[in-house]
Amino acid sequence: MPERATSRLTAAFRRGRPALVAYLMAGYPDRAGSLAALRATAAAGADVIELGVPYGDPLADGPVIAEAARVAREAETGFGLAHALQVAEAFGRDPGVEEPPPVVVMTYLNPLMRFGLARAAERMREAGVAGVIVPDMPPEAAAPWLAVADGVDTVFLAAPTSTPERLAVVTSASAGFVYCVSSLGVTGERAEVAAGVGELVGRIRERTGLPVAVGFGVGSAEQAAEVARIADGVIVGSALVRRQDDAARLGAFVAQLAEAVHGARSA
Amino acid sequence: MSDVLLPSAEMAYASPDASGFFGPYGGTFVPETVMPALAELSAAYDEASADPAFREELAYLLGDYVGRPSPLYRADRLAGAVGLGRVYLKREDLNHTGAHKINNTIGQCLLARRMGKRRVIAETGAGQHGVATATTAALMGLECAVFMGTEDIRRQALNVYKMRLLGAEVVGVDEGSATLADAVTAALRHWVERVDDTFYVIGSAVGPHPYPVMVRDFQSVIGTETLAQLAEKDVGHVDAVVACVGGGSNAIGMFYPFLRDVPEGERPLLVGAEAAGLGIETPRHGAALTKGSPGVMHGFYSYLLQDEAGNPLEAYSISAGLDYPGVGPEHSHLKDAGLVRYDAVSDAEALEAFALLTHTEGIIPAIESSHALALLPRLAAELGPDATVVVNVSGRGDKDMDIVREAGLGA
Repeated sequence: MPERATSRLTAAFRRGRPALVAYLMAGYPDRAGSLAALRATAAAGADVIELGVPYGDPLADGPVIAEAARVAREAETGFGLAHALQVAEAFGRDPGVEEPPPVVVMTYLNPLMRFGLARAAERMREAGVAGVIVPDMPPEAAAPWLAVADGVDTVFLAAPTSTPERLAVVTSASAGFVYCVSSLGVTGERAEVAAGVGELVGRIRERTGLPVAVGFGVGSAEQAAEVARIADGVIVGSALVRRQDDAARLGAFVAQLAEAVHGARSA
Repeated sequence: MSDVLLPSAEMAYASPDASGFFGPYGGTFVPETVMPALAELSAAYDEASADPAFREELAYLLGDYVGRPSPLYRADRLAGAVGLGRVYLKREDLNHTGAHKINNTIGQCLLARRMGKRRVIAETGAGQHGVATATTAALMGLECAVFMGTEDIRRQALNVYKMRLLGAEVVGVDEGSATLADAVTAALRHWVERVDDTFYVIGSAVGPHPYPVMVRDFQSVIGTETLAQLAEKDVGHVDAVVACVGGGSNAIGMFYPFLRDVPEGERPLLVGAEAAGLGIETPRHGAALTKGSPGVMHGFYSYLLQDEAGNPLEAYSISAGLDYPGVGPEHSHLKDAGLVRYDAVSDAEALEAFALLTHTEGIIPAIESSHALALLPRLAAELGPDATVVVNVSGRGDKDMDIVREAGLGA
């Protein structure tokens, strides 16, 4: 397949070690608090920040992220995609570190449509957003978005249930990296890393040269290290959002995770 | 079943397309985890609907188990009271379990069994779809879990008890307004987790493809029978056909055969009754088609009550079955295409119609169906005293006794 020029997002996974992708909820516990959380997370060594947009019907998310979304929308009435992009932009202007991690926005499709696809893409470029993840937009439904999303990598998801045909669709549509959903169900910490995830990562790698990052259910440094041994990136969400109301505590935890992930293959 | 009346090319109402789009509405907007399951379901449904054995078993169960065909009853005292020439009631309230919902659950559970799934889940608002699914699961020996908002559990205690009696697990959903939309989300989330062994029996003509078309097809028995009964009774010209619309399954089941089989020039006025709740000028209603704008929720694109940031809004209606911020995608298409008109009916108007049918005909309708009945006086004013109107009485009102008592009826 023709190789695209390596994007900022892809490059974040290509530093000779596994990458930590840290999910944070925009606007939680409030706008200023979420900006502080982004800076703390960057300072603690996260390689990519996935910034969630608060949404009222978060179909793919578990209780921790759903609750954070509810609090964010309550803390500032109307807080949504527009405001999340302002947070990303503010972080880009003053990230507090020399080489800030690229920001990927995670939004459900309806806020994106409501905002206007072309306008959303334009605002993402202005805000310096590197990519977007839309969990309820499968590649088959993505054409209108992709037509206007130049300069913003659209990351698609592969799941344990994906057939070989679907993996081909997902990997060829994806840009930046491929998001590998480790297990069935919604986001949230699990007791163990799902058994089949290594095999799934292998099946994805057979079809693409893009980095593969694994998410859903990773909540501890041990689990993060386990996943980092088999994937290019580890996505941690609920475990961070639970600590997001205290930037210092969050930063300390991200530092632990970063150490575990970055050192996973040399240990 | 319906191959008898093959429409000619120019009168054919052909929807959806191969990807499940009705005009721009519908489609498949879900997490990747369930994409393969939807593709599998689509293939299994296409195969089953082409299989005479499947259709035969469905027809048998709809007849001997559900009690179909449901009567088309000429309600003269009601017609007199509202000032219409003739009113015909399609008596879906007389089905086993008391509503149209079972037409669809029999179809979907047969399909689940055919696909080798041992477990079904469902969402429910008023509890009618939950009861119908629990009933069908008992009939077919399937394990069953029903997701229901805790507010609806409070409003519909009797149906909750029935589902438990039938052996189903009722899972209370506390999120959001704790009503139908939240129950759909909870069921979808659960399905993502148990997609391996679980079949999701969606209760209305909503959700990702192929659900809207599948539910429509299973419910089309309503309109197909109605057309045959109108011919049999030599009713002649029908001016209007009315049904209530929440997600819109009883309405599309009634309307679709009219759209498919009756040429546009001869087609009666088709009218859907949405819930205006406390009034469409207030925020407390469920009128997605009248007051909403297109958006994606629960896996499909359709008219939706939503805020500026694209969050679904809480719907409200006295009737738990119409208390939904979205609407089936085919209705959105039919609205835009001008093929069906959608009017909004308030709680108060529905209660009045509920009382009127009860008093004039001795038929106690569901509060949902009462929204359709409430359009009769308006249609009388519009169409004149000689007009003939068919109303789909989608369910019976036994479940609504507490609600109408609270509202002061019969005091």
